[in-house]
Amino acid sequence: MIRLRLERRDSSPVWLSLVLPVAAVLATLLLCSGLVAMAGANVWTAYSTLFLSALSSRVHLVETFVKAAPLIFTGLAVAVAFRAKFWNIGAEGQLLAGAMAAAFVGAREGLPAWTLVPLMILAGAAAGGLWACVPAILRTRYRVDDVVSSLLLNSVIFYAMTALLDGPWKDPLSGYPDSPDILMEAEFPILLQGTRLHLGVLLAVVAAPAIWWVMRRTTLGFMIRAVGENPVASRYAGIQPGAVILKAALLSGALAGLAGVGEVGGLHMQVMAGISPGYGYTGIVIAMLARLNPLGIIPAALFFAVTVTGAESMSRATGVPVFLAEVIQGTALLAMLVALLFNTYRIRIASHG
Amino acid sequence: MNEPTPLLAMRGICKRFGAVQANSAVDITVQPGDILGLLGENGAGKTTLMNILFGAYSPDEGRIEIDGRKVNIHNSAAAIAHGVGMVHQHFHLVPRHTVLENLLVGRKGKRGLLDADAARRRLAEIGRHFQLILDPDRLVGDLTIGEQQRLEIIKALFAGARILILDEPTAALTPQEADGLFDALRAMAAEGMGVIFISHKLQEVRAITSHVTVMRHGRVVANLENAPEVSRHRLAELMCGRELTPAVKPERQPGRVLLRLDRVSTREPGRTNLAEVSLDVRAGEILGIAGVSGNGQRELADIVAGMLPLAGGTLEIDGTPVPGPSARRMQALGVGRVPEDRMVTGLITSLPLSDSMVLPRIGAPPFSRRGVLDHGAIRAFVEDQIGRFGIKAAGPDVRAGTLSGGNLQKALLARELAWDPLVLLAAQPTRGLDVGAARFVHDLFLQLRDRDRAVLLISEDLEEIFTLADRVAVMYEGRIAGILDIGDADVRTVGLMMAGAGGTA
Repeated sequence: MIRLRLERRDSSPVWLSLVLPVAAVLATLLLCSGLVAMAGANVWTAYSTLFLSALSSRVHLVETFVKAAPLIFTGLAVAVAFRAKFWNIGAEGQLLAGAMAAAFVGAREGLPAWTLVPLMILAGAAAGGLWACVPAILRTRYRVDDVVSSLLLNSVIFYAMTALLDGPWKDPLSGYPDSPDILMEAEFPILLQGTRLHLGVLLAVVAAPAIWWVMRRTTLGFMIRAVGENPVASRYAGIQPGAVILKAALLSGALAGLAGVGEVGGLHMQVMAGISPGYGYTGIVIAMLARLNPLGIIPAALFFAVTVTGAESMSRATGVPVFLAEVIQGTALLAMLVALLFNTYRIRIASHG
Repeated sequence: MNEPTPLLAMRGICKRFGAVQANSAVDITVQPGDILGLLGENGAGKTTLMNILFGAYSPDEGRIEIDGRKVNIHNSAAAIAHGVGMVHQHFHLVPRHTVLENLLVGRKGKRGLLDADAARRRLAEIGRHFQLILDPDRLVGDLTIGEQQRLEIIKALFAGARILILDEPTAALTPQEADGLFDALRAMAAEGMGVIFISHKLQEVRAITSHVTVMRHGRVVANLENAPEVSRHRLAELMCGRELTPAVKPERQPGRVLLRLDRVSTREPGRTNLAEVSLDVRAGEILGIAGVSGNGQRELADIVAGMLPLAGGTLEIDGTPVPGPSARRMQALGVGRVPEDRMVTGLITSLPLSDSMVLPRIGAPPFSRRGVLDHGAIRAFVEDQIGRFGIKAAGPDVRAGTLSGGNLQKALLARELAWDPLVLLAAQPTRGLDVGAARFVHDLFLQLRDRDRAVLLISEDLEEIFTLADRVAVMYEGRIAGILDIGDADVRTVGLMMAGAGGTA
């Protein structure tokens, strides 16, 4: 008889952390192929359309990055917070805070034109960061569960925003419950003519290595990890866990806020109720897929963006419903969680007579 | 050979973890009625061997025989089914449940019903038989450590254990509780059960076992009858593979006061309150703090670590009053700290060893400048300390949690001593360490004493205090019951003071 058993690894080799995500994606495609076949399509054609269409032309490729940009930011936001074991489920709300701040600043008349874009970025980051401090302070001061408070604060800010958009902040020109458009000078520059590749996308792609550097190479990153893994030992070593969690919350919220800034400054030029289709929540999945590694956030976000952009082409070409994208995303998360198991444990084959 | 069929035989067990050969060709046998002492330094392979027997690992080679028949033990359920029971150092009990409920956890009765009455009868029977008495209706959370251990043993017997493994069973017991445990083990042996007793305490191994297997570097180096001519000294040498000479404490004249507590009181809900604790530790002096656990030693340690606010009194380091102590302030004044619970308040077991070793100093040069880490300096420091203290670790990047207890303690000492502290606060510094590692720690303390540093040694091990300390202060219910020169103290007097029977204060 052959038995499989799990044994804990003493350390996990580097190659494994590269192989596991790939294996998880392959497993996902294998698992989902049954659904594709059930929809009556050729699995190979469906998958190749799904993935290749998103990469087939310059326009599609750029669109994939444009879709990935907010996911990169929210993924980074969650990764930073989770490292400190600050369970920030509020990236969605922090994104809205950032979007509102950017739309507000971007519509201000009378400021020098060149200051508008930097001010929007700063204001959006600040607004997201401050909004993330609310659950952080509630937790460090009053021991309020951060999962619950950060999640519920999403609703608070969402309904506050819709109230504003339906009232004092309603665009007087359109009459829709949207904010007035930002000034022309406040619109993010387009980096590639004829596409929607805007400054926010570049910021997102640069943010990932920057956050990697912060987490790996700075005392702040060190302390975030230390406090996350053992707050008691950190306290005895003279580190204030509360202060570190607050800093992590500020950084996390600022990143989520930047996701909102990019959507306002680069795509919508205004805030409306539907500005985020749940980017903040998807960021949690992406952060988990990337195993909280900032550099892994980019491929994880791109994977999501590819499945979303490719799903429509696939649907048109093969008749497979677009919802398959969501099935793939969900399955990928599960596959990754299983793959993580192999990062900590190895399988041993034990034969018994 | 016409030996009787052994109750348990493990033959030719080999187990490798990566580059480490944890067990190589290990043989042990337990006859019915045997109490086998399994001795060895940390990392000698005892725990691996027992984990194989209890089904946590499968051996790369070798076989396990019970009653002369080869058995396959691929998980703990199989081990239990074959009559193997294990009492770990850390108990697996549900504190909110009663003794009886804990016994019933995971057991199915007829038709899925738990038969509480039968369990009650069985519990009473086991209690009578082995002198393991426990009230079935008490909450486990209310039991003492000794009683919880008794419950773990009863659980194993309840599940039908005929071979009982005990891993460091006396580490947290008072001498009286340990005696009770030994009576129970002897009763089990008399019934024809087999007991495997893992311990570092050589006098206990001498006292209780019928024979002894000594392991070193994953191999069995000796297998002997426990006869009077086998001295503790001989066992210690077999374990660490070299001659051991007793630590020498030269005469010294203590210098100026480096640590002074003057009528220090604390008021912290849920903790023992210190009441007007006064003590001095001088340069070149080791002050031992004796006492039964829970009489304020932890609070005293936390005061000196800067982790507990003073409700009254004053604290001085080298003549500098510290009105509002904090961890950082005490560090800056030169207090080094080797905590009692290394894995909780000392190190970060889930992160690389190097992170733990620079944790208290990460915010300052050479480890960081203006908030940016200097990985080169960190690595150089950690590698240097690993070499200097002989820490057995594959490198600075291994998870701290993979190190053995002795090596973790060395890492902590390395981290604190690198900054040449004026005052070293050490709580239970050799708990769970083997002879060789404990000796290493003791020598370090004596070196500090030689270099005119002050050591505050909090220990529940009186032998350790009598070996190292110049004076001993006994704590009882948050007070200092008395301070004696070690030359004037004897175990009986100190023991009486520990029990609150007055002193010379």
